[in-house]
Amino acid sequence: MYFVKRLFFLVPLLLVISFLAFALVRAVPGGPFDRERKPASPEIERNLRAKYHLDEPLLQQYFRYLAGILHGDFGPSLKYRNHSVSDIIGQGLPVSLTLGAAAFCFALGAGIPLGFFTAARRGRWQDYAGSLAALLVICVPGLVIGPILIMFFAIKLRWFPVALWGSPWHAILPVLTLGLYFSGRIARLMREGMLATMQAEFITAARAKGLGQFAVLAKHAFPIAVLPVLSYSGPMLADLLTGSFIVENLFQIPGIGVFMVNSLLDRDYTMGVGLVLLYAVLLLTLNLAVDFAYTVLDPRVNYE
Amino acid sequence: MKQMSFSPNQRAWRRFRRNGVGMACCFVLGFIVAAILIWPLFSRPQIAPHLPPGMTHAPNAVSDAQFQPPGGQYWLGTDVHGRDLLSRICNGARISLLVGIVGTAVSLFIGVLWGAIAGYCGGRCDAVLMRCVDVLYSMPSIIFVMLLITTLNAWLAKWQTGPERLSDAAVQWLQFTALFGGLGAVSWLPMARIVRGQVLSLRHRAFVDASRVLGAGHWRILRRHILPNVYGVIIVYLTMTVPSIILYESFLSWLGLGIQPPQASLGSLIASGSEQINSIRVYWWLIVFPGAVLALTLLALNFIGDALRDAWEPRGEL
Repeated sequence: MYFVKRLFFLVPLLLVISFLAFALVRAVPGGPFDRERKPASPEIERNLRAKYHLDEPLLQQYFRYLAGILHGDFGPSLKYRNHSVSDIIGQGLPVSLTLGAAAFCFALGAGIPLGFFTAARRGRWQDYAGSLAALLVICVPGLVIGPILIMFFAIKLRWFPVALWGSPWHAILPVLTLGLYFSGRIARLMREGMLATMQAEFITAARAKGLGQFAVLAKHAFPIAVLPVLSYSGPMLADLLTGSFIVENLFQIPGIGVFMVNSLLDRDYTMGVGLVLLYAVLLLTLNLAVDFAYTVLDPRVNYE
Repeated sequence: MKQMSFSPNQRAWRRFRRNGVGMACCFVLGFIVAAILIWPLFSRPQIAPHLPPGMTHAPNAVSDAQFQPPGGQYWLGTDVHGRDLLSRICNGARISLLVGIVGTAVSLFIGVLWGAIAGYCGGRCDAVLMRCVDVLYSMPSIIFVMLLITTLNAWLAKWQTGPERLSDAAVQWLQFTALFGGLGAVSWLPMARIVRGQVLSLRHRAFVDASRVLGAGHWRILRRHILPNVYGVIIVYLTMTVPSIILYESFLSWLGLGIQPPQASLGSLIASGSEQINSIRVYWWLIVFPGAVLALTLLALNFIGDALRDAWEPRGEL
């Protein structure tokens, strides 16, 4: 029941978001047709504005836009006028989703073993080295790590392509740039979870049965200790899928992040609002799904 | 010897001062701040636009003489316009830290006020205020900051060139204000939630009732009896907000939406360094040094945050 209510709550929320975005984007001085063919005659500009209904009052434009969305039409892009916003999203979204999903897998695949390992070697030099690495990775943001990776691995060593998208080979550096921060967070969560679990009595019991160190850690402690990681991975997925602006700009990846930033700079109204709506829908549904997954995974959580 | 007694907050500060890593990071941060403040006094042209001797600036010439590698006269090298990178970094780090601190102060002010009122009043007022927080929470905040700041920056650019033109300094200040306001406005939500929860649990404690019986007003109860007990949580949360706002700011400036040239922040310095990446010569210092300052600042702030959390929420010796 609670989730049905939240699902219905999404509709007014999306309306508010779309209106805010619509009004904010249009409040920017200057229009989408400012920069082309400088001495465009006033008639041409007036006709262009009329063609895209930019001469109507704001509310009327907004309702026209909403009506379009109900028909599945996000309007034409005002910058790339031969393409509709839906076209561009259709081309860019799979790229962004692939990138986000790959970074997600990398963060889990690198973070969980690192956290496990440092917890198992607690207090020895391996623990300090691993924990320091995790912390470093958290504190060096992607916008620093990305260019450094490019300069070192792509330009100096020439192991990987510098930019663009296409083969798995192209994906390695962007995925690292995007995923390293999260792998550090996951490693720390995993380590803390393991340390807390290892103090529990059932671990002592398992040791008393004479189980080896690895069996105790992997079979008894791990399934409990991984729970905080799981609950963090929901918001993390949302962040990864919607947060690749920098990586896409840096590596010239044709995803939707690049279009989002450019649409704001180019005053491409329809594209900007369409992308904001897309991000909002992604984020809201993912959050809802995460909350729903909690109730399934952990029966103690109750939102009623 | 007189028996000394300490308030919980004093005890927490004592615990914090005994934490070696935390104190070391305070010194690192202090060193960075001192360097930022003191260096400009020694380097005369602040954003040093001086080329190496015998060199004139020729933007169309095929030359990379303006990029001096680190060493000798320019400790950290020079940037694309032949400016001393160390001075640029000092300028940029000053702005980044300023944005972090002022943005945090904005979020502190809104968040504490909002949360305290919601928690203290309770009932319908609480419900309305917290529903607002829920709605704002579910919005894609980074995207709204991007929208907000491009809109404000575009207006400022228009005023700068428009008929009733503002002075450059005024526009710069307005730009900063837009950035502070925008960043603060999206990061107060967790603060409001935390403060509200704490105030809610303190509101019906005996000492609050006692002071109410003594005739204290609402404002006095909040200020003298409730907020001091929330103090620790607020401080811990503040040290986590500063790095996240610095990161937000560098992110926006990297994308060209935040601090505008000729002003610089760490993010925009790194961005202008990334623009110079080419396959012929590697100007690594343009990225590594500002990146290192950014990372060091974030690292120090994170450690300080951890130490403060340990000081205020001791969970025994883990």
